[in-house]
Amino acid sequence: MAGLAIAPGLTLFDFAQARPAGEPASSAVRWGMLIDTTKCESGCNDCVTACSKENGWPEAKTATDAQWIRKVELKDMRTGRQTSLPMTCQHCAEPPCVEVCPTNASFKRADGIVLVDKHRCIGCRYCMMACPYKARSFVHEPVLDHDSDMPRGQGTVESCTLCVHRVDKGEQPACVEACAKAGHRAILFGDLNDPNSEIYLRIRSVTSTQLRADLGLNPGIAFVGL
Amino acid sequence: MKTILLILLLAVAPAWAADSLAPKLDIGKGGQCVDDPKFMRTNHMKLIVHQRDETMRKGIRGGKYSLANCVECHASKVNHSVLGSNQNFCQGCHAYAAVKIDCFECHSSKPREFRKASVLAAKDMK
Repeated sequence: MAGLAIAPGLTLFDFAQARPAGEPASSAVRWGMLIDTTKCESGCNDCVTACSKENGWPEAKTATDAQWIRKVELKDMRTGRQTSLPMTCQHCAEPPCVEVCPTNASFKRADGIVLVDKHRCIGCRYCMMACPYKARSFVHEPVLDHDSDMPRGQGTVESCTLCVHRVDKGEQPACVEACAKAGHRAILFGDLNDPNSEIYLRIRSVTSTQLRADLGLNPGIAFVGL
Repeated sequence: MKTILLILLLAVAPAWAADSLAPKLDIGKGGQCVDDPKFMRTNHMKLIVHQRDETMRKGIRGGKYSLANCVECHASKVNHSVLGSNQNFCQGCHAYAAVKIDCFECHSSKPREFRKASVLAAKDMK
């Protein structure tokens, strides 16, 4: 099932399918997101709230609090145009965090999702330094109330996992769902390698940019309207 | 000679009998474990370690020796956790054998439906 066709060549949404039990993640798939900043509303924090609820991190109040996703407000100094966008781990194809990790804790899964293996993470925070997007956070406080399906613990580094636990079940990341629920539909998630997916078609029809594309990291997240 | 052997035999005998100091565990829902309990007692650490790499790094879901599933079945019906007292499933044997476990620094010690209650049980394992 590829999706619900609403016009020739256009699918309304993908019926994502859960990967069967016992099957490893495949490099034939590359998960990515296309974020439309023209649809992202300035005061709205729904994606941040949804992520924090889904993954069990308390909403960040201080500089040392964990933050997997944040809203960034941008202003073009030349024109005065203001935009806003959600900023997460960009799930790069060439992740610097993976290159610098001394224990191989930071790794890229076959399907493109960049993760931290907490079994190996020693909390050195080299990946936090290496990431140009400041995507990673260190967990300073003991986690007393594990309230999600996403294990997280003190002394390790964490970041957006592209809701891998949901993606593997065939669902969408929490931020994507929350944005759709709020009516903005600014975040589009899907398989960048699947010619039937909405994201594949859309990324070929609109101008999009990757943040800090000059670094050659080839992020899996692209932005429209910047 | 014979008396010495007999005395030695008697001295060793208590170890053969059931260990009266062994923890009496609250096995929660219990029932049919994914594998033989004797096998699990000896090998669960190796199984969990192997499977975590399969799940995390390769993305293989639905593995037989899932830690989350152990917790779902074995969380105590009293405090809904595998930690918290020496009758709890994981803490009981680990405290008895004096083997520190740090799984629950990151993983939840409670089954999914009981996760919102705050329990400081994780701190007891330090």
